[in-house]
Amino acid sequence: MKRWGLILLAIVMLFSFSATSAQAVTEINWWFAHGGRLGEKVQSIVSDFNSMQNKYKVVATYKGNYSDTMMAGIAAFRSQTPPHILQVFEVGTASMMAAKGAIKPVYEVMAEAGLPWTPDAYLSTVTGYYTTSDGKMLSMPFNSSTPVLYYNVEAFKKAGLDPDKPPRTWSEVEAYAKKLVAAGYGGGFSTAWISWIHLENFSAWHNAPFGTKANGFEGLDTEFVFNSPLHVKHVQNLADWQKDKVFVYGGRRNKGNAKFSSGEVAMYTESSAGYAGFKKTCKFPFKTSMLPYYKGAAGAPQNTIIGGASLWVMEGHSDAEYKGVATFFNYLSSPAVQADWHQFTGYLPITTDAYYLTKGQGVYDEKPGMETALKQMTLNKPTANSRGLRFGNFVQMRAIMYDTLEAIFTGEVTAQEGLDDAAQKGNRLLRKFEKANK
Amino acid sequence: MVEHRPWLTALTHAVLIVGCLVIAFPIYTTFVASTHTLDKIASSFPIFPGGQIIENYRQALTVGSGEVGATVVRMMINSAIMAFGIALGKIFISLLAAYAIVYFRFRFRMTCFWMIFITLMLPVEVRILPTYKVVSDLHMLNSYSGLILPLIASATATFLFRQFFMTIPDELCEAVRIDGGGPIRFFFDILLPMSRTSIAALFVILFIYGWNQYLWPLMITNDEKYYTVFLGIKRMLDVGEGQADWHIIMASTMLAMIPPVFVVIFMQKQFVKGMTETEK
Amino acid sequence: MEKRVIFKNKVLPYFLVAPQIAITLVFFIWPALMAIYQSVQQEDPFGLSTEFVGLENFSYIFTDPIYLNSIKVTMVFSLSVAAISMCTALLLAVMADRVIRGATTYKTLIIWPYAVAAVAAAVLWYFLFNPTVGMISFFLKKMGVDWNFALKGGQAMLLVILASSWRQIAYNFLFFLAGLQAIPKPFIEAAAIDGASPWKRFWTIVFPLLSPTVFFLLVMNLVYAFFETFGVIHAITEGGPNEATNTMVFKIYHDVFEAVDLGGSAAQSVVLMVLVIALTVIQFRYIERKVHY
Repeated sequence: MKRWGLILLAIVMLFSFSATSAQAVTEINWWFAHGGRLGEKVQSIVSDFNSMQNKYKVVATYKGNYSDTMMAGIAAFRSQTPPHILQVFEVGTASMMAAKGAIKPVYEVMAEAGLPWTPDAYLSTVTGYYTTSDGKMLSMPFNSSTPVLYYNVEAFKKAGLDPDKPPRTWSEVEAYAKKLVAAGYGGGFSTAWISWIHLENFSAWHNAPFGTKANGFEGLDTEFVFNSPLHVKHVQNLADWQKDKVFVYGGRRNKGNAKFSSGEVAMYTESSAGYAGFKKTCKFPFKTSMLPYYKGAAGAPQNTIIGGASLWVMEGHSDAEYKGVATFFNYLSSPAVQADWHQFTGYLPITTDAYYLTKGQGVYDEKPGMETALKQMTLNKPTANSRGLRFGNFVQMRAIMYDTLEAIFTGEVTAQEGLDDAAQKGNRLLRKFEKANK
Repeated sequence: MVEHRPWLTALTHAVLIVGCLVIAFPIYTTFVASTHTLDKIASSFPIFPGGQIIENYRQALTVGSGEVGATVVRMMINSAIMAFGIALGKIFISLLAAYAIVYFRFRFRMTCFWMIFITLMLPVEVRILPTYKVVSDLHMLNSYSGLILPLIASATATFLFRQFFMTIPDELCEAVRIDGGGPIRFFFDILLPMSRTSIAALFVILFIYGWNQYLWPLMITNDEKYYTVFLGIKRMLDVGEGQADWHIIMASTMLAMIPPVFVVIFMQKQFVKGMTETEK
Repeated sequence: MEKRVIFKNKVLPYFLVAPQIAITLVFFIWPALMAIYQSVQQEDPFGLSTEFVGLENFSYIFTDPIYLNSIKVTMVFSLSVAAISMCTALLLAVMADRVIRGATTYKTLIIWPYAVAAVAAAVLWYFLFNPTVGMISFFLKKMGVDWNFALKGGQAMLLVILASSWRQIAYNFLFFLAGLQAIPKPFIEAAAIDGASPWKRFWTIVFPLLSPTVFFLLVMNLVYAFFETFGVIHAITEGGPNEATNTMVFKIYHDVFEAVDLGGSAAQSVVLMVLVIALTVIQFRYIERKVHY
């Protein structure tokens, strides 16, 4: 009897050993594109997750800027060593979506993991960009922002304007700007990310299409229509306003931020995520308000769309690992984590719970500027023109847009000519993408 | 000097002096900027060096700037590893290859010769994506081997050695033979010592080439640990939000320029020889 | 070309030549072949679908206004850099050739910029011309010039040309000086005795004798401007504004790493390959002739 007992004990021990070794930590690789302070924040979120449980270990690696990170992901996929999670900027959405064999849609990952998950908990204007037309989430939004208008309170006072009455329409902007210039400021307003704010978001905000087929959501045979009379009017205004310094062009991307923070221009349209940076660099008090719109346009103001990046899940991993990804995503979406990320970075919270949590903590009373973005994005239920954009080869398109706008601003071409030309060039790119993805 | 015209001599010197000043001007302003605080640079245009020199250089070396996590020390070490690796690697394999081509007859000799020649016509810019893919497939991204290995197959070094070897008198080889030595003896006892000056000349050129590499490290590294110094400096410029840290950038640039400039000035003779001979 | 003395080993040469050939095959030949292969394929970034499309990629790029523009930009850029750096270098070399006192000092002072990396040169000039902190831009504004190279293509071009030429002066100077010093003194003395002025002597005797060097440097400068100036453009203008400084090499880089356009960038690479081969052939043909000169 004793012998059988020993053998039984040995067998049990053997099993328990193999069971524990089978419970070795599953590693999950996440490649992201935030450097500096944001990168540190990402790492702290990851280490919190890792220390809270011992089944999964997320290893987050900074791979450079958005383009570098996407390229790294592509190269890794091609050498059969893709990460589990890849952060891709919003303009890469169409390319990622089209890569059906390379990505695993988030809704599939979450469904297969068998973990409780409620798609309705997410803010539809945020997730809409990354969702199919029948509501299935393809990638998990992580850092999203929307453009708002920043304005220099001190400058307003100096020019005799009421800091609590920011300009609502573009004609008001013009009037305010002229007063500011008269008060000695170098310019009325400038902008960052000009094509994102003044063409892409401009379209959504005025409920005007940027491209056909619901901005590309409904088919690869979409075409650009941003050379409409409304768009042309706005861009021509921007070009003409340079004369009286109502508008001053600040350069590509967010190179113009220094113009606002140095006090050169008194108003500035930029991403809501620029809030933290301005808080550090502006030596004057400033406020935020919603983007201006054209009063006569039907449908304005509608809602604005997001920019930023989302998290895609790559194919080629085991079910156990995908379960880990799903667990991590649930963690990322939890109200506390989202609220913290939102408050630290200025990026929008992606769930309604996180929004209310932040509100409840009184954060918006202290920093009303942070709520502006959310209010503006949820002003109305999104229409076909304001859920987002989905165009192939859009990275190249952004470059074309910058080129075109710069040519318009230097007076080389009129707004009509420039936008027509850009639409033509862009349609070539769209057709190329369509052909490659038939 | 054919005839004696003092005003012409004066003019000549004047032109040269002006030329040198114009050439040196950007470096001078950079140096001056690296010795001031950021505010001073942003608000005025200092012409004379300021007092911040130790502070700025210390910060550049040990802390870095803004979003670039790597310090200049780290980046200069990377650049140095890359430069030395490339210079020594190229010299080594080119010596061997040139030796084989000149002193031996083997079946694929001419094929090898032409293959090496072709690399002259294939600078990395012409094969950006496929080379990136090969390096990626070999898992050599973000590594020293990835930075160095793909760049050490050089036709110029091989051809330089080939030219040189052809001028070595046959009698020397005979002498070794008579002594009972074989090709290896010949290589180490005769060829290598005689090639010393060519090696020195090449070393200067290749070190500068390796140190100044930009496109290749840009392509295959995105891990800050492997940044080379010029990559890091460019990333310091990339700051969108506020003012670039000009004082740190300038200090870093000065530091980054020192090794190759030092090498050129102190090994000027070898440098000139290397340049004029490799172009033949 | 043939040496009389050779070694008889059959195996050793293969070992000697192996490292070079291995690296050449893996990192040069194979990628070059891949580029040619990819240029006739339509492939998505992830490699999930590949389709043979013949010369379609080529027809696309040759009807693409942006690509055609990049060819133009590259030509203008290269010729300008060559012209500016060669003229300056020639002037300085002629002057340096004439002086005896301080010759070595001048030589050192003019040569050392060659050691400066293209990117560093870019940073230096960018700093001088930067609209916010640049000394020279300050003076330009004072003189009424609206200096903003972020918006004005011509100004951006000027800036990158200056930064690139600055470095090349050293290189050209070296060769011009060597070339000048190789001219036999009797020729010049004879002309002087005949009463020719220095100016006339230069154009009738010196320059023609220098022409091999001039031609050689022209080719080398073009190659330099084509390839080694990527760093300058990437650091300062990134191809803008409005494609004003978008050279062919920069466009390839952009198409690979930002746009992830495989077929198009491969086609462009092949075009560039053809160009390089042409330039190299000219260079070698010419050097051969020069040696027999």
